[in-house]
Amino acid sequence: MLTILKNRLEQGYRTCNYPKEKPAVFPRYRGRPVIQKTADPELVKTCADACPQNAIVVEKKKIDMGRCIFCGTCERISKGAFVEFTGDFEISTATKADLVTDGDLPSLAQHAKQHFKKLFGRSLQLRQVSAAGCNACEADLNVLATPFFDLARFGINFVASPRHADAIVVTGPVSRNMKTALLQTYEAVPEPKAVIAVGSCTLTGGPFYESPEITPGLDTILPVDLFIPGCPPHPLTNLHGLLTFFK
Amino acid sequence: MKPFLEITNGKKVSRDTIPHLDVDTFCDNALHIVQNGGKVVHFFAYEDLGTTKFLAVLRTDVLLAAGCDAPESYPSLTRTCEPFHLFEREIAEQFGILPQGHPWLKMVRYHENMRQMPDVFNNDYTKDIPGNYEYYQVDGDEIHEVAVGPVHAGVIEPGHFRFNCIGERVLHLEIQLGYQHRGVETLLLKAAAKRLPILAENIAGDTTIGHGLCMAQAVEALASLQVDDGAKIIRTIALELERLANHIGDLGALCMDVAFQVPANYFGRIRGDFLNLSLLLCGNRFGKGLVRPGGVRFSLEDDVRKTLDERIRELKPQVEHVLALIFGASTVRARFEGCGRVSKKDADHLGLVGFAGRASGLAYDARRCFPTEHYPHLTIGENAKSSGDVYDRARVRYDEVLQSIDIIQSLIDKPVDTQTVEGIMPVLPPSSFVVTVNEGWRGEVSHALLTDEAGGILRYKVKDPSFHNWNGLAMALRDTGISDFPLNNKSFNLSYCGFDL
Repeated sequence: MLTILKNRLEQGYRTCNYPKEKPAVFPRYRGRPVIQKTADPELVKTCADACPQNAIVVEKKKIDMGRCIFCGTCERISKGAFVEFTGDFEISTATKADLVTDGDLPSLAQHAKQHFKKLFGRSLQLRQVSAAGCNACEADLNVLATPFFDLARFGINFVASPRHADAIVVTGPVSRNMKTALLQTYEAVPEPKAVIAVGSCTLTGGPFYESPEITPGLDTILPVDLFIPGCPPHPLTNLHGLLTFFK
Repeated sequence: MKPFLEITNGKKVSRDTIPHLDVDTFCDNALHIVQNGGKVVHFFAYEDLGTTKFLAVLRTDVLLAAGCDAPESYPSLTRTCEPFHLFEREIAEQFGILPQGHPWLKMVRYHENMRQMPDVFNNDYTKDIPGNYEYYQVDGDEIHEVAVGPVHAGVIEPGHFRFNCIGERVLHLEIQLGYQHRGVETLLLKAAAKRLPILAENIAGDTTIGHGLCMAQAVEALASLQVDDGAKIIRTIALELERLANHIGDLGALCMDVAFQVPANYFGRIRGDFLNLSLLLCGNRFGKGLVRPGGVRFSLEDDVRKTLDERIRELKPQVEHVLALIFGASTVRARFEGCGRVSKKDADHLGLVGFAGRASGLAYDARRCFPTEHYPHLTIGENAKSSGDVYDRARVRYDEVLQSIDIIQSLIDKPVDTQTVEGIMPVLPPSSFVVTVNEGWRGEVSHALLTDEAGGILRYKVKDPSFHNWNGLAMALRDTGISDFPLNNKSFNLSYCGFDL
């Protein structure tokens, strides 16, 4: 008993004050990319050729956050003259097109579906379906239940049955072998329901693009409402997406 | 000439020097080595100039390699030697080669084979999963089956578990995976060179550093790239941070499974703090983007090193106190002790690796036996236990958590100097072969890379420790209450995606 109390004292209160205050993230974190529109086209092309994800849209001078895994190769090559990755983790979007960005993201709150806010704003129950990713996205969703993020304080929970859920949260590039189970889980969620795609794999196939075993984007098989980019998205990115879109 | 050639971890071998035996000599010698205490690191097939070949990498105190032309069918090695079990099934699935008399010849991941041969399992791959296969069944009046998955109740990866039970007691558990199959090995042959390190990092996100190191070391060995000492230290720190985050997270989750919420929440949060230390190093909580052929992409400048040091100093006593809380609780011991026991004999037959193997008394740790990076300069204890139950699997992790903290502290007490690299893939030499082995947090991670006459990648074989250990979990469940499944599952915490590739 004494050990429990001593530990309790040592642990103290650890829950972050997000969204009122943004917690500090270490400086090497790579969040929202910002493009220098005046960048030399040759430099843009060099970055695009080096990008392992082919995420740079040369003619538009934009970066596709759906394909991007935030490795920072383009930032390093261009030494910031084409792209800089900022510390801003609030990067979710309501449409796939918005993921292709020069850094100026539309306000998620304004693009959120108002009827979702009315329906799910006070209570949002999520069924997570892991579909062939590397398990990092799952890990950083799971972590939302820990005391630092404490997702439940917002009335948002992960539930065991799709029958109890308002939305499914999908991770991974949806392998052929997982597609049926995913679609059945979606079917089992009662209407009205939302679909949330988490991580570059789910958005576009991520690092596994061009593999015949995967689906090139969840939106090709299900109507996706919320797109959360990253490899994996930072837990705060997930939290921001959920709160802004549904609350 | 000995039938199997001794090779060194992470050293290039010309493919000409790998003994090419006839099938019988190959099988006899492989069996002989493994039946006398050797273990299978790799056993796979590949196509070379229109011929399909086998290659085996075995381990005793050293690594041994040999190959042969692959027959269309051959007498299964598994009949007499269990450690070949999944490897033979994998070869059957990937290349359509039949191991005659294999005791449990089932698909591994459900996909077409790589050379358009008739399917060994009579599956029709135009149809989605499930394939044409049966589960092991136990007959009897009071026997019942429980089927779980692929979608599970928590935020975890998909897989199917089939329990045969009498009452609450599990007689047999069969685990069928493959739902996470992304075609990684095929993609590694086809994808542009710039994608390769990223594919390696995404084989299993919780083992980003483990798999990333295996690929980087393989490329470095083949292309004779030198890695400076500072990069080796940073890689070692990253691998230990990965071990810490996972062990701590799992110890917390084990507490959750025995309804001891207090330490579960503390360790849930502290695990996140260790993930954040990986982010401190390289900008990603899982260490993605840190390790590249030739070194690391991020240095450990003094300000980063100091922050790392401060955070670890702050976390260390907290970790120690929560560990004391967990292991001092009689309720925890009552649930952990004797639960899901895997005997040393069974562990040895199954070829278990990593902390699960150590919990059953198999002391093998690649950091000590085949050290890479900075490990030759470190002392890694044996950490072997004897009872092979949930308690010992937790206890090995307890020891390793404290050791990993000590290792990191010993490495960051002085400046670390490195020349960072961008990780541009070098040209690989022709007709070469390399095997790399590292001790990831779950156990032995290994990659094998063969190049063709032009220096292209002929075969890239990936092995996650989970490939060895899933059958250990099935074994642990024998004669155990089905309600103890979550506890056992978490005590192993195996990778689905690392297995499924």
